Formats: sequence, structure tokens, C-alpha cells
Amino acid sequence: MYAVRLWSVRHARGLHAFYGGFEALLVQLNGLFRALGYERIERPTAAVEKVVKGLLFDCRMCGQCVLSSTGMSCPMNCPKTLRNGPCGGVRADGNCEVKPDMRCVWLEAYHGSERIPGGVESMSKLQLAVDQRLQGHSSWLRVTREKSNARASP
Amino acid sequence: MKFEDEPVPGYPLPILPGHTSPGRFERVLRAGGFAVTTELAPPDSADPEDVYKRARVFDGYVDAINATDGSGANCHMSSLAVCALLTRVGYAPIMQISCRDRNRIAIQGDILGGAAMGVCNMLCLTGDGVQAGDHPQAKPVFDLDCVSLLDIARTQRDERHFQSGRKISFAPRVFLGAAENPSAAPHVWRPQRLAKKVAAGAQFIQTQYCYDLALLRGFMDQVEALGLFGKVYILAGVGPLRSAKAAEWMRNNVPGMHIPDAIIARLSGARDQALEGRTICIELIQAMREIRGVSGVHIMAYRQEESVAEIVERSGILQGRSPWYPERDAPQYSHRTAAS
Repeated sequence: MYAVRLWSVRHARGLHAFYGGFEALLVQLNGLFRALGYERIERPTAAVEKVVKGLLFDCRMCGQCVLSSTGMSCPMNCPKTLRNGPCGGVRADGNCEVKPDMRCVWLEAYHGSERIPGGVESMSKLQLAVDQRLQGHSSWLRVTREKSNARASP
Repeated sequence: MKFEDEPVPGYPLPILPGHTSPGRFERVLRAGGFAVTTELAPPDSADPEDVYKRARVFDGYVDAINATDGSGANCHMSSLAVCALLTRVGYAPIMQISCRDRNRIAIQGDILGGAAMGVCNMLCLTGDGVQAGDHPQAKPVFDLDCVSLLDIARTQRDERHFQSGRKISFAPRVFLGAAENPSAAPHVWRPQRLAKKVAAGAQFIQTQYCYDLALLRGFMDQVEALGLFGKVYILAGVGPLRSAKAAEWMRNNVPGMHIPDAIIARLSGARDQALEGRTICIELIQAMREIRGVSGVHIMAYRQEESVAEIVERSGILQGRSPWYPERDAPQYSHRTAAS
């Protein structure tokens, strides 16, 4: 929902901090997830993720979440799905070139990033081309698995 | 500036040390010249002569010609085809690649194909949304964005493989560019975005129209502060405004267009508004040349292409230099033959 999405950006700091804790918890639960089987819990987890992040961020389930680098403004809501910053078509009033009634998601991202420690800096991280196969998959589980693996083999 | 070994169409020039392409455009910039580029509006036609006619009006006044890729999301002859026609007779085109209409499979193929046909310069763009053009019912692709496109093009050239990792036996030897809009929000972050493009592979930048020199100066100061001078050549975008009414329309309807009120007031006060528009353009060009870090200008004169020659001539930016065009050296060749 658009209004909730804007609320989330205004509360980027809190959400960012909450997610930090949530992700640490998930990484702690890696053993349990492994025992259950990541493949088996993929679908129910993705369903929950879709509802929660759909409500908060209008999440499109790209499966490669970058909200931490975009001030909690989901870049997949950009009609051009830009993941590296705003296009040159931002209107003088700060709205989107394609959807004149919507704020540019990257202007939102900039304001959200200012609320996160090190946020504006993190917008400079190069986001490579998305893997379209991950569409619809859980980003939480992917990150959990990657971080756990990284910890196991430093 | 003239290069001794330029060019017999179809014959590749040697790549100079430190260059990534055999093209003249890269040579002009790296030699410290103030480069002039312009834009060719591709025809709604399958007649090659329509392309050559449009290119000829720039003869002797520009270092490279941008071939737009469905600009404004309107359908025209493809950028790749326009470039292939232009390289046949020796012109130096800048092939615009937009992410709107093709996915990474098509685009990577076009990069190889363009390079194989002698295209030395490629400009990686996101592209206007389909709603802006004549086919709003079309599916927008945007599989890549301009930054990930730059990264993929650079990988093809420098690491000689596709995004998939599959090897490329002969890499595309291209000079890579991108666009930036110093006049659009968030102004403070635009230089950072430019830095991102440079990190991804951009070697030159052509900006959107800059009618507000204060914004451009502020932008360039930030670009310098980020240590980007010397890593990227920046060509400032300009263009003649036909009338106050046209300027007003562009400001309201062209995405990312910023024209200060003072310019519109100056146009509406002039007796000959089109002439005043060209004069403003020339003054902007002369002011841009004085801004540190600006390596050239990109003149966009949509539907006024014939005015580019006058603008370049009157502004004096070429300083007596005559960029190559197909017939430029013809008399000299015959003279040489007679002497030998």
C-alpha cells in the first residue's frame, strides 16, 4: 500500500535496526532450517515474506532484496526497476516520470537512507543485473544461507 | 587536430596506447581536444539515403554522431542499423543502447554486432518509459538498468566473456559512455550516481540539456571533489530553443528538462526567437568551455539539425579544427596522386 510504503521510509531507521536483529536471529536458526530442509521451507517462508514485505514496502519479491541500500524504499516499485539510482526523468515536483502521482522511489530512497547510519553511502554500492530466476523466492532464506555459509568458511 | 592514419572506411585504425577503441572520438578526447557531438534523429523509413542525408548536415562540425535508440519511446529505424550505415562511409557514430526494449541476451549480441560493424562508441542508457512514446501499449523490458548494462558491456570488452561466463573470442573494442542529468533531483546525489557509472565502466558522459549553468557548475565541483576528473570525459548537453512557447512546452512535457524562467523571458522578449535561441545556445557553449572538467559539448537540435553547423561555427569551439567527414580529404588525395 502506497501510504504504508511512505511510512516505512519515514521509519527507515527503526525498520533497519529491527531487520538487523531479525537477520541475526535467522542466521542463528540456520541449523534448524538445514534440518527441516531449505527447499521444504522455501514456499511457506516466501508466502510470509510476501505478505509482510508486501504490506510494508509494496515488495515485488525479486528475491534479491536491497532495501538496506535503498533507505527501505523498494527499487522494484520504480517503473523502470532501476536498482542503481534515479533516472534523469524525475519531475520538478519530485514525482515519477512514468507515474506522475507517485513520488520517485529513489528520492524516497535518498531520504530513507539519510535516516540509516551509513545509508547514503550504501546507495553507492553497485547493484549488478538481477537474476530473474529468483523472482518469487525468499530473500530472507537466501541471505540466511549465504551468511551462514560465509561464517562456516571464512 | 587531424590524425595521420584516419580513416579509410572499413579499415580499422590502430588502437593507441591507453585507448580502448580504435575510434576518432576517443582520440579527440584523450588528446585534450574540446569534442563536439550531436544527435541524429533516425528516420521513419527503410531508405539508407534518409540516414546519410541527416548525417551530411553535420559534415565538418562534429566529432561523433549519436544514433538514438527509440528516443522518447517512439519507434524509428534502429540505432544499430543507423550506426552500421554510418560506419560504412566512415562516420564515427555513438550507438545508444536503451534498456527499455531488449533484454540482456539481445543487448549483448548487439554490442558484438555493432563493434563488428565498426562502431567504436556506445552509450548505455536506461531509456524513457513506454508511456512517453507512440506505443504506450508496449511491454517495457528493463531487464538491465544503465549501470548493470555498463558493467556487462565492460565485462564483454575487458574480460572477454558474456554475463553467463561464456567466452568471447574477439572482444568488442569500444569506448563506453553514459548519460547524466545535473538538473534533476536529488541534486546532491547526482555526482555520486555518476561515480557509480564510472565504477561500472563509463569512460565518457553526455549530460542532458543544461540551461542552468549554476547547477552544472555545482555538479562539476562535486564531480571533481569525488576525484573523477581524469577518469571520465564529460560532455555538457545543449540545444537551441526554437521559441519561448516551445521552451515552455519542453519544460512541461520532456522528462528531466529544466529551463530557468530567465531563459524563457529572454526568448519571449526577442524579435526573432529562433535566432535568440541559437544565440543563447552559443553563449551556453562558450560558458561551458570555461567550466573545469567539461571536455566537450553534446548538441541536441531535434528538428533543427541544420542549425548545428551555425552554432558550432559561431561559437568558435572547434578553434579552426575540421573534424573528419567523408569528402574532407578528397582534394588532398588527388593532389598527392598527381605529385607522385
